[in-house]
Formats: sequence, structure tokens, C-alpha cells
Amino acid sequence: MANLKLPYLATAALSGALFGSGLYVSQMVDPLKVLRFLDFTTIPSGGWDPSLAFVMGAALIVMFIAVRIGKGRQAPLFDTSFHEPEYRKVDRRLVGGAVLFGIGWGMAGICPGPAISLIAFLPENLWIFLVAMFAGSLAGSLIIPSGHARRLADAQ
Amino acid sequence: MESFTPLTAALGGALIGLAAAVLWLGNGRIAGISGIFGQLLPPAQTVVWRVVFLVALVAATFAAAQLFPTLGVGGDTPARLVEAPAAWGVPTPVWLAIAGLLTGLGTKIGNGCTSGHGVCGLARLSLRSLVAVLVFFGVAVITVTVTGIV
Repeated sequence: MANLKLPYLATAALSGALFGSGLYVSQMVDPLKVLRFLDFTTIPSGGWDPSLAFVMGAALIVMFIAVRIGKGRQAPLFDTSFHEPEYRKVDRRLVGGAVLFGIGWGMAGICPGPAISLIAFLPENLWIFLVAMFAGSLAGSLIIPSGHARRLADAQ
Repeated sequence: MESFTPLTAALGGALIGLAAAVLWLGNGRIAGISGIFGQLLPPAQTVVWRVVFLVALVAATFAAAQLFPTLGVGGDTPARLVEAPAAWGVPTPVWLAIAGLLTGLGTKIGNGCTSGHGVCGLARLSLRSLVAVLVFFGVAVITVTVTGIV
């Protein structure tokens, strides 16, 4: 099984470590900083914090190059194929899910990456958010069938 | 604008992009945290790498804060979650539970979050991801305005 071999797991660990460092360095671990980006009402007064756009922009540039490099290859280094999402249609589930996530994100300023990385600092009430997020994800899997093949078939 | 930190934002963003690049070119996997987090239950052979990824993510966040404590929250400044806006009369734990539920449910149904759709999807020029990103950013901006949380 390719995905239990050491290079595969080491790659996952390296990626996770880079991700966690990036979240701390960019200060996206701070829910208030995220909310100060999302609060457009402060733009006229000059109090807006555009940092999050710089985080996304820089991440996008690096990943865009990686995707280009990947296009020239048959397979990734440690697996037999790229696991590219096959379902392409914009449907009600996609939009509905994004709406629900947008409300949750706007309420707390915590998206899933920072939610996990905040475990490093254990702020008060974090566990409530994490347990609720896991429960929400489980509830969602009752709506979306589990397993790639079945999800794809169901969506189409 | 005192809180605007373009340099560390771009540097941290580049690290996040590198994380996504490593996972894509190494293992052919999308570094979408909601997906990695939301598929922690069996089948077991795909669970191991997700656990390894998430443990490394938390450990690196902690280590980075020890190495560079002056950057801010998690370092010299204690991390904290928001409190529920007083005008809504909802206790903070309930507010955060609702926010967490919506985040978990929404990212599951919508197949991704800020990293999966935002970083990976947009870089792959996925129309689904573009729509998702525009919708969740737009709705989040409206939510912040309506709730007056900041």
C-alpha cells in the first residue's frame, strides 16, 4: 500500500509542518485578524486589515506553479496518480455548503486550518468549536455519501 | 492600518502554498484541511497520512510560536477566540458551537474550505472552487457586518 510507506507519510508530515508554520507566521491563527479582514465596514475609515489577501495571494502563486509542474508529469512522486477532483459541475450543494461555511466563518473568524492549528495554544472554548466542527462534518456526511466513487455517482 | 502585516502575511502565505505544493507533487493530494479533517474516520489506509499531516501541523504551529514569539498571537500574545456580540444575547460557547457546526457542515457539503477551494482549487483553475470562494467570502463579509462581531 503506497500510502503507508515512509516517503509518503514523510511528505504528509512535511506538508503539515509547512502549513502550520505558515498559519502562525501569517497570523491567520488569530481569529480577530481574520475578522478584521472580513470587516469591510472599516475600509472607509482606513482601519481595514488586508493581510489575509496577501496570505491567499502568495499561497496561490506558489501552488499555481506546482500545479503547472504537475501537469508535465504522469504521477506524483509517491503515488500512482494525482487525486484530482473529477466532479466539475457547480451545483446547489456547492453553493449551499459555501453559504453555511461563510456564515460560520463570519461568526467566529475560524476556518478549518486555523481551528486545528489553534490546538497548539489551547485558547478557551476551542474544544467547543472543534467538537461542533467535527459534528457538523459528520452530519454533512449523512447528506453526502461517503467514498469517492459513490460521491461522484451521487453528484452526477 | 496598524494591524496590517504585508510581509509576514506574504511569507506565511508562501509557506502555506509550499505545503500545498509538497502534498500535490509528492502524494497527489489536495491540501484541503476540511477534507483531511473530515475524513479521519476509516477506511484506515487513507487515515494514517491525514493524522500524520494534522499532528505535524499542530506541532509546527507550536514550534514556530516558540521560535518567533514576537510575531503575535500564540507567541507573546495569548491566543483567544472571539466572544459573542453582546447585542445578540447568546452565550459565547453557544455562539462558537453554532459557528463550528456551520463550518463543519458547510465545508463537508460544499467539498472544501479556504485551503481546499481557496488555495488548491483556484490554483487548479477550478470553476467550482472559484464559485465556492466567492460565495463563502461574500457571505462571511455580510455575516461580519450583520453580527457586528469585530
